[in-house]
Amino acid sequence: MGKLKEKFQQTEVYKSIFRHSYQDTSRNRALQILDNVFLHLHPVRISRHATNVGYTWGMGGITFLLFLVLTITGVILMFYYRPAAEYAYEDMKYLMNDVPFGPLMRNMHRWGAHAMVITVMLHMFRVFLTGSYKPPRQFNWGVGVILLVLTFLLSFTGYLLPWDQLAIWAVTVGTNMARATPLLGHEGPFGPELGMQINNDIRFILLGGTQVGPPTLLRFYVGHCIFLPIVAAIFMAVHFWRIRKDGGISGPDTTKKEF
Amino acid sequence: MKVSETSDVTPKQSSSQPTIRKPKQDRPPDDDRGTWKLNRRNFLSLSGWIAFFIFLFTSTLGALRFMFPRVTYEPPSTFKAGYPEDYIIGEVSEKYKDQYRVWIIRNAEGFIALSAICTHLGCTPRYLASENKFKCPCHGSGFRSDPDFGINFEGPAPRPLERLKISLAEDGQILVDRNIKFRYELGDWTKPEALLKRG
Repeated sequence: MGKLKEKFQQTEVYKSIFRHSYQDTSRNRALQILDNVFLHLHPVRISRHATNVGYTWGMGGITFLLFLVLTITGVILMFYYRPAAEYAYEDMKYLMNDVPFGPLMRNMHRWGAHAMVITVMLHMFRVFLTGSYKPPRQFNWGVGVILLVLTFLLSFTGYLLPWDQLAIWAVTVGTNMARATPLLGHEGPFGPELGMQINNDIRFILLGGTQVGPPTLLRFYVGHCIFLPIVAAIFMAVHFWRIRKDGGISGPDTTKKEF
Repeated sequence: MKVSETSDVTPKQSSSQPTIRKPKQDRPPDDDRGTWKLNRRNFLSLSGWIAFFIFLFTSTLGALRFMFPRVTYEPPSTFKAGYPEDYIIGEVSEKYKDQYRVWIIRNAEGFIALSAICTHLGCTPRYLASENKFKCPCHGSGFRSDPDFGINFEGPAPRPLERLKISLAEDGQILVDRNIKFRYELGDWTKPEALLKRG
C-alpha cells in the first residue's frame, strides 16, 4: 500500500496537482498554503497567540464557514425555487414537504442565516473588546462594517422569498421605513424638495413598484442570490487579505519588555 | 530620462568646451510643455481618462435608470365600488379590501372610503366589528370605528387612517380615487370629496 502511494506520488498527474513533496518540513508547510488558490489569502505563518480560541472565539472563521454553508445550500434550493409570485410559496411548500432532504437544506439555509447574523455580531464584539479596531486596523474595521450591512441585506432579501404573509408584511414594514430616508425618500427630510414621489424614490427602486408585489420578489431574489453574495465575497477577500497586511490577528504588544 | 542623461554626458576633460547637442528626432525637449502647458503624451492620457470617466458616469446613470420601470402592473388607482343601494347604513364593507385596500363605509351622513393602510408602517389593519375598531396585526395600532372612523387611539400609529376621494360616477356607481388622500390632521376630512353625502 505504501509502495503504491509512493508510486502514485511519482506520476505526472500527482505532481501536476501537488507541486511540492509532502515531507513535514517548514518549507513544505509554507508551500501548502502558498500553492493553493483557496488558501493563499491566509498567511503562511501566524503567531502562536493567533490560534488561541479564548482570544479570537473563532467567530470570524465561523462566520465565513456559515457563508460557505449558506452559499452551497442556497444553490441547492435554487434548483426547486422559482422567484415568481405564482410559484414561490408553492415551491417553498414543495421543498418542505416533498423534496428529499428539502427540509434539511431549507432549514440549514434558514438557521445558518440566523446564526450568521449572531456570529457576525459576536465577531464585532470580540474585535471591539480586544481593541482590534485600533490602528493599523481601522480600515479593516470599516470593511467589516460594510460586511455587517451586507449580511443584514442578505438576511432581509432572503426573508421575502418564501412569499408568505409573514414575509410580505415584514418587507412592507421594512421598505416603508425607506420612505423616510433623508433626501432619497418621498416622506423623508428634504425628499419632497428634491422631487421625490412615491414612484421615483429609493423605496420605488427597492420594490420595483409602489407596493410589495411580483417585481419586488424578483428584485429581492436577484439581489439575494447574485448581487449581494458577489459584493460580499469581494469585501470578504479584502477583509481576509487585510488582516494579514495589518500584521495578522491582533495580540499582546510584543514591543513591551514584560511580554 | 536615463537615455538623455547618458547620451548627454560629456567626458570630464572636455567640459570646458561647449558641447553641441544633436537635435533629437521625434521627441520634444525636456520640460517644454508648449502653449497649453500640456505635451502630447499628457494630452492623450488626459483625454483617455476623461473618456473613461464619462463612460463610467453615463453607464452608471443608465444602469440606475434601468431600475426604474416605466410601467408597473399594479391595481388601478381608481375603481368603481358598486351602487349606493348595495350598502346598508352602518355597514363597514370589506368587499374591496383585498384588491384595493379600501373599506367602503356607509353611515347616516353618507359614504366614506377609508384606506386600509396602517399609518405606522403600512400593514393592513383588520376590522373587528365586535370591538368596533380597526386593529393592525403588525404592531398593534388601533383605530376607532363608528362614529369617528379611522381615528387612532392605541399602539404606535402616529396619525389617523387616511380617507380617499369618493364620488359618484356617471353610471351611478361609487367611484373611489386612491391617489387623492384626505388626512385628518390636516383638516381634510371636512372637505366635500372626503364624504359622499347621502341620507
